Order: sequence, then C-alpha cells, then structure tokens
Amino acid sequence: MNPARYAREIPHRYRLEAAKCKKCGAVFFPHRLICLKCGHRQFETIKISEHGKLETFTVIHTPASDFKDQSPFALGICKFPEGVRITAQIVDIDLEKVRIGMKLQVEFRRIQTDGHAGILSYGYKFVPVI
Amino acid sequence: MSKPVGIVGYGVHIPRYRIRVEEIAKVWGADAPSYKRGLELREKSVPPPDCDTITLSVEATKRALKRAQIDPAKIGAIYIGSESHPYAVKPSGTTVAEAIGATPDIHCADLEFACKAGSEGMYIALSHVKAGEMEYALGIAADTSQGAPSDALEYSASAGAAAFIMGRKNILAEIEYTHSFMTDTPDFWRREHEFYPQHAGRYTGEPAYFKHTLGCAKALLKKAGAEPGDFKYAVFHQPNGKFPMRVGKMLGFKTKQIEQGWLAPRLGNTYSGASPMGLAAILDVAKPGDRIFMVSYGSGAGSDGFIWKATDKLPAVQKVTTQTYALLDEKKFYLDYGTYAKFRRKILKNY
Ligand SMILES: [Zn+2]
Repeated sequence: MNPARYAREIPHRYRLEAAKCKKCGAVFFPHRLICLKCGHRQFETIKISEHGKLETFTVIHTPASDFKDQSPFALGICKFPEGVRITAQIVDIDLEKVRIGMKLQVEFRRIQTDGHAGILSYGYKFVPVI
Repeated sequence: MSKPVGIVGYGVHIPRYRIRVEEIAKVWGADAPSYKRGLELREKSVPPPDCDTITLSVEATKRALKRAQIDPAKIGAIYIGSESHPYAVKPSGTTVAEAIGATPDIHCADLEFACKAGSEGMYIALSHVKAGEMEYALGIAADTSQGAPSDALEYSASAGAAAFIMGRKNILAEIEYTHSFMTDTPDFWRREHEFYPQHAGRYTGEPAYFKHTLGCAKALLKKAGAEPGDFKYAVFHQPNGKFPMRVGKMLGFKTKQIEQGWLAPRLGNTYSGASPMGLAAILDVAKPGDRIFMVSYGSGAGSDGFIWKATDKLPAVQKVTTQTYALLDEKKFYLDYGTYAKFRRKILKNY
C-alpha cells in the first residue's frame, strides 16, 4: 500500500464521508470533483449512516493472495439511507446466515497488513447489528 | 471548591470471539477445572486478525460520542493506554482521532504502563479539563494482549476497550478524588522484539497486585474521608476473576458492590481495559448519587484510584447505545484452539 494514496483515502475509508451535490442533491461515495448527474462542481461533505441494508453478496473461496488467510469470506453491497451503495467484507457472521435484505452495521477494522514491515490499512467492514 | 469535572461520555467494545478454558487446557494437557477454580475464569475474548487496539478504540469511542452528543472536533486531547499498540513506532491515537473526526487541532500521546496505561489516559484527560486547558479530553483503555502458549497468562489474556470523554458540561459521573501509588517492582515485563511477556510467577500477587492496589485504595479512602460502605460499587483491576474479589474483600467491600463491574470470569484479562471496562459496566446501571470506587493496577508497578459520583444526567444516556453486558454476552462465536492460534498469529508461516 502506497502511504500517500492511503492518506488521501482516509476521509471516506475512516469516516464514511461522501459528497452531496449542492445543486441537485446527488450523493457520491467516494467523493467526486464533478457531479455525474448535473455537472456541478460544488459539494457538501456528509457522513453516511452506520446502518445499511444488504442488497447482494457473494462468498469468496479463492481470494487474492493478501486475503487468503481469511478464506472463505463474504463480500456484500449495502444500500444506505443517503442513497449510496458501498461494497465491503461481511464479518463476524456464519456464512450460512448471510441474507439479502438483512440490516448490517459498519465497523472500523484492519483491512490489510502490508507484509511484516509495511503500513497497516484501516477502513470499514460490515457486521451484524448487536 | 472548583467547578466539577467528570465523564461526559463513555463506551465499550469487545470482539465477538471467545475461547473456553477447557479448549486451551486440552491442548497443553492441563487440568481445566483447577485452572477455572484457580483463576475464577470460564472463557476469554479473542480478537480476530482484523481487530486491534486501534479498531477497538474507535468503536468504543463511537459509543462514547453517542452518549456525549458533542462535536468531536472539540476534543482537545486523545490518550490511548495499551501494551498492544499495533505499531512499535507510529501512534495509535492519530488513527483513532482521524476516524472519529477529532483532527487536526488535538494533542495526542500513546501511553504504556502494563495494565495501568488506560487509567493513566483517563487521569491525564481529567487533569486537562480540570485545568481549563480544553473543553473535552478523551482517555481510552484498550488491549489485545497475548500470553505465551501454555503459560497461565494464556488462559486469561484477552481483548477489549473502553473510552471516556471528560468534560464540564452535562457530566454523567463527576470525579471526586484521585490518587496514584507506585514503586519499582519487576513483576511482569516484555523486552523489545520479544513476542510474549514474562512474569515473576507468585511474585505477581502479594508484593505486586495486592500491595499496590491496597496501597492506592487505602490512601484514596483516607483522602476522601470515606469507608467502603459509602460506595454503591467498587471495581478493581482484573488479571483473573479471583484477585479483584479478594482485594475488594480485604478492603471491606462486599460481593454486591463488586459484582457489576467484575467482568473477568467471562471476559478474561483485558489488561489496560480491565478496570475501565468494569467502570463502564457500572455506569450502564448506576443511579444518580451512586458513588463508585475504582482502582487500576499495572505491573512495574502502580495503581490509579478514582472516586466517581453518578449524576442525574446518567440515566438518560445509559441505553442510547449497546451496553457492556450485551457486548459480553450476545452473539458470541466459540473458537477451537487451532483457529484461536491462527487469529493470534501463534502459527509460524512462510510469507
Ligand atoms: Zn448535481
């Protein structure tokens, strides 16, 4: 993981910050420079809610080498009240119990460990609601 | 008398995974019933590979913010006490402050003093607010500690975090008195580059845990002109289930005062998190006017003591987010030793 790129992604990876178009109200996660809907360039920073609804998911059995110790794991897309969809790993759940439509919660987790000596990458995963 | 200061928000986080004493004992040919009896401990929490001191601190602080209902940008300092900071060099506090939206105008330090680092963070945060240096300050106690395989510590070393926001407005529990007590005592240590800590066996008991906990507790009672009967609750450091009950009884506290914050039997020893998480479990149920006696302990060795008094603001926020007992007792996954060893990186692999 490149440290400069990592730092740039902190606002959305750590705080779920999204950009809301000041003209048409469209919400983008991660943020964009130009609104896809109306072409406007001014945005307000908003925070995505911590609960989303699972729209679809898949179970990964042969992941990329960095994630092979976690196999098998679920990867899901949740829709949030702000209108955005976010993709993340679903953890702390029996894979047989993952259901489309279930409510999931965003939790701060370690996403990647760059070998023995590189930086630790943090961000969000989905977990069942307690 | 200066204007009161105290806790304005608190929160806890515990990983969902557990391992039972029997499962560890089986692997090492140890007698589970005698460990369970000796340690008064049934199971412990285990962090999965994507949970560490930083992630547990963020989740505990998010809950503290829900109770405090303050703008995180107004938090002037963040202190995380832990003996398991994920980096050897690079602060945990910067990541946590960034995740909760408290950067960039904030002071930060990672603290270390074996199991006492968490209460140190709380103490320093309180002092800043008391001195009028800042409106709010955050003290976090978090650990994902390791015990060497087959060592007695392996049965207890667990993971968890508690976060406390200190302030002057809308106080949930006011601080009445504090006291700190320490000597140079080599009861437990870990040298640089060593993976597991070492301890001095029986020397960790009487001359270490008991001497400092009792020394701090007695001085604190004297300072406050109080006696054990004046408190609704008491919480002590919990390296196992047995020590906090025993030290409490030695001081004259009763089971009824200790059991609400006595988490070790089903949580294990969360090191820096231990007495702070016990305090959070007490705040979950305390009523206005209840006084709480708290003494931490960290090897090396020393204790921090606090006397808190719950205010009439506390009941309204107790249930706004997940409580400590729910995190302890609900949706648990029990691990076998193999998965536990993988989670805790105890298995030698090629990379
Ligand atoms: Zn637009």
